Amino acid sequence: MAYSDRARKVYQDTLTGIKEAGLFKQERFIHSVQSADIEVEFPAGNPLKKVINMCANNYLGLSSHPEVVQAAHEGLDTRGYGMSSVRFICGTQDIHKELEARLTEFLGTEDTILFPSCMDANAGVFEAILTKDDVMISDRLVHASIIDGIRLAPAMHDTFKHSDMEHLESKLQQYMDKRIRVVITDGVFSMDGDLAKLDVMAELCEKYDAMLFVDDSHSTGFIGKTGRGTHEHCGVMGKIDIITTTFGKALGGASGGCVSGRKEIVEMCRQKARPYLFSNTIAPVVVAGVLKVLDTLSKSTERRDKLEKNTEFWRKGLLDAGFIIKEGESPIVPVMLFNAKLSQDFSKDLFEEGIYAVGFFFPVVPQGQARIRTQISAAHEMHHLEKALNAFIKVGKKYNILGKTKNEIIEMYGN
Amino acid sequence: MENIKDVVLKYVIDEYLEDDSEEITYDTPLISGGIVDSFSMVSLKRFLEVKYKIQIPDDEATPEAFDNVNSIVALVEKFLNK
Repeated sequence: MAYSDRARKVYQDTLTGIKEAGLFKQERFIHSVQSADIEVEFPAGNPLKKVINMCANNYLGLSSHPEVVQAAHEGLDTRGYGMSSVRFICGTQDIHKELEARLTEFLGTEDTILFPSCMDANAGVFEAILTKDDVMISDRLVHASIIDGIRLAPAMHDTFKHSDMEHLESKLQQYMDKRIRVVITDGVFSMDGDLAKLDVMAELCEKYDAMLFVDDSHSTGFIGKTGRGTHEHCGVMGKIDIITTTFGKALGGASGGCVSGRKEIVEMCRQKARPYLFSNTIAPVVVAGVLKVLDTLSKSTERRDKLEKNTEFWRKGLLDAGFIIKEGESPIVPVMLFNAKLSQDFSKDLFEEGIYAVGFFFPVVPQGQARIRTQISAAHEMHHLEKALNAFIKVGKKYNILGKTKNEIIEMYGN
Repeated sequence: MENIKDVVLKYVIDEYLEDDSEEITYDTPLISGGIVDSFSMVSLKRFLEVKYKIQIPDDEATPEAFDNVNSIVALVEKFLNK
């Protein structure tokens, strides 16, 4: 045995340090299906509590939709449980190809390749398509999985200030000596809920001969008039060279992701992307579920329309009550509390009131920017949102933060 | 010749500070103080190399060496004199 007392102590001390810093993450066990109403065991061993879920990425409420579950059952019956192979040996079924074609059509791109997750898509794509002669220019608030992908790529890397188009342009000008320039952004930023200025970015990329990469995980299925994503919302469908997205959020919420875009780039991923080459792809049961989700979304915009209405109600309700929120239009609605401990206490009190919403603080968000991130779903009915709003107001009154400015809250609680 | 300290300070303010009200000095910890993400420092390294026509090897471009304006200036001067 090589797991010595010394090794054990190293890890025990590290974990103690994480706990002492207040950064120890604990799971809350859900005993029901994922939906607006869930039953939660928290802390572990406690009796189950019925709460309203205000923090899932279940934007369209499809995680447990009967038609999706039924389609998954059929997929399980007709295509089995697993593939026991990576794609290029004997791990590709007809439905994997069908899903790739359907995603290409849905996103308005040239081709698509599935990945086990969007994390894997982001981790694999840059290394597959770039060399040391190229440069990646990324928004400073892109998702952690993109940062991992950038780290794995041999190309040079630089950043621009969040959503600052002048800064981006100056960076593009600096790197005209590079073979390929790729501008990298999230479509909707996961912590703030704001949308990338894809129309301006597409123009700049055109002007400076750069490719445009968008991770649309927090928008595919519901942003844009027909839910195609941020590119539809910004009027630049067909102009995004690389889109990555996930099936783990709005599109049924199970797992899996993809790279969709220019056909040569997709083919390069098929030849060279390591998470594609060395890992099984999405299980048939999940593929069948996502196909059903795409059917549903292509037939009707009812769910994304309901999400839009719910989001409007929620944002207006919070603002009217006197909360400070990150304004915008996406269903990610951060309620700003600034202080880390206040965000944790607020979350605990909400849970007591039957509302499940989690506090985020440094290093997940910048120092002094602690918040409760709420996420709205088409699974929410008006009574859910009214109850949640009343609970937020009750807890907000307890901490005397309603109608207060940022500075006043920081004066009371620090940042 | 422009004062290197002021050139670096101006670059750091223009390039990294999001909030105009933030103030930094020659000693303010940039990376360890959470003002600058170590990941973003590559642009500063490139700026210095172009501006002063020097090459800073990657193993010298450490987060410690880039942690405040004074240490950055010391690094530049080291390679300027080579």
